Amino acid sequence: MARLTAGVGCSHVPAIGIAMDQGITEQPYWIPAFEGFEFSRKWMKDNKPDVIFLVYNDHCTAFDASCIPTFALGCAAEYHPADEGWGPRPVPVVKGHQRLSSHIAQSVILDEFDLTIMNEMEVDHGLTVPMSIMFGEVAQDDDWPCLVVPLCVNVVQYPPPTGNRCFQLGKAIRRAIDSYDEDLNVMIFGTGGMSHQLQAERAGLINADWDKRFLDMMTEDPIAASQITHEEYLRETGSEGIEMVMWHVMRGALNDKVKEVHRHYHVPASNTAVGHIILENHE
Amino acid sequence: MEKNYEDIPGTYVFDADRSREGYHLNMFCISMRQANNRKAMKEDPEAYLAKYPMTEEQRQAVRDRDWNRLLELGGNIYYTSKLAAFDGITFQDLAAMMTGVSREEYRDMMLNGGRSIEGNRYKSEWEKS
Ligand SMILES: [Fe+2]
Repeated sequence: MARLTAGVGCSHVPAIGIAMDQGITEQPYWIPAFEGFEFSRKWMKDNKPDVIFLVYNDHCTAFDASCIPTFALGCAAEYHPADEGWGPRPVPVVKGHQRLSSHIAQSVILDEFDLTIMNEMEVDHGLTVPMSIMFGEVAQDDDWPCLVVPLCVNVVQYPPPTGNRCFQLGKAIRRAIDSYDEDLNVMIFGTGGMSHQLQAERAGLINADWDKRFLDMMTEDPIAASQITHEEYLRETGSEGIEMVMWHVMRGALNDKVKEVHRHYHVPASNTAVGHIILENHE
Repeated sequence: MEKNYEDIPGTYVFDADRSREGYHLNMFCISMRQANNRKAMKEDPEAYLAKYPMTEEQRQAVRDRDWNRLLELGGNIYYTSKLAAFDGITFQDLAAMMTGVSREEYRDMMLNGGRSIEGNRYKSEWEKS
């Protein structure tokens, strides 16, 4: 049977991908951000997943204003990195696990979560940056070390799904993974955040105290974290900080009790606070 | 519909109302991702803008590159940033422009931990100062 072994929370700041693609991660600006990923890359090698269920959001790349699905599940054989205006990232094509995607789609929809099914989808930095963070540089003509099932969440048009809804969806995804009849090591990633605001006169907002409390709650009190209101995200963490609702899908899929094996927090990467946590799911 | 987020200073929450108002503006902005559209926009901006049934206010804000006004009129930052990219403006420089400081001042603010949350939660806090 498939086993969900760990959850990863991770910012997906586009500038992190650009820094890796341009080979400037050794510059003083970037060293403290990347130091915190050294453990993670070793841990990924030691715990090699077969599949990552990757929760992220599209930034008006694959979806424009004409169609805004709240939850869109990737069911394709592969997902090409999108051109976000400066050419596609030079990273490998992301390969899907189609049978697992189909199984999750069927299980989760019968569990009363009305997903949108994507049989073709390009993926932007929201998905590829967490892959790069966790696996390090992978040449474009090489393969990512594992398969991916992407879940794309609307966090661009207000309101995104509530934290509680995301948490409950995580539980439904867990039930689907647990009932999948193939021996697979599955991990789940929740991405985005942490505090940041990209727009208007309040751009540049960072709330490190709030972010650190959020990381504590991810480990110790996920139910309380899932009850954080949209108003609180907007006011306390900036208009784009609301991306953090996606972490609750990840946390909802894990056991109530988890083991935090790594944490990293750094300001800034471009306009954003970088947050990262690894939670192991033990029996 | 109560909008308890409207008293956050310096912020335009892109809700369903703004999405409706800004639809054609945002579709114009995202069209700048494609090279043939960028070429058409360079050659004859007015003719290109005329293809999108925006309001005259929105059209003027595009001409003026009034980045905050574009958000006020229903633009979303992920869309307007594509128009900025067309002008050769990076995301961080766009942020500096929207906050009314120089590129260097903005970068320094971020390196020093970003804009503090203190004094930046409510519009009333901005009105006092
Ligand atoms: Fe994002």
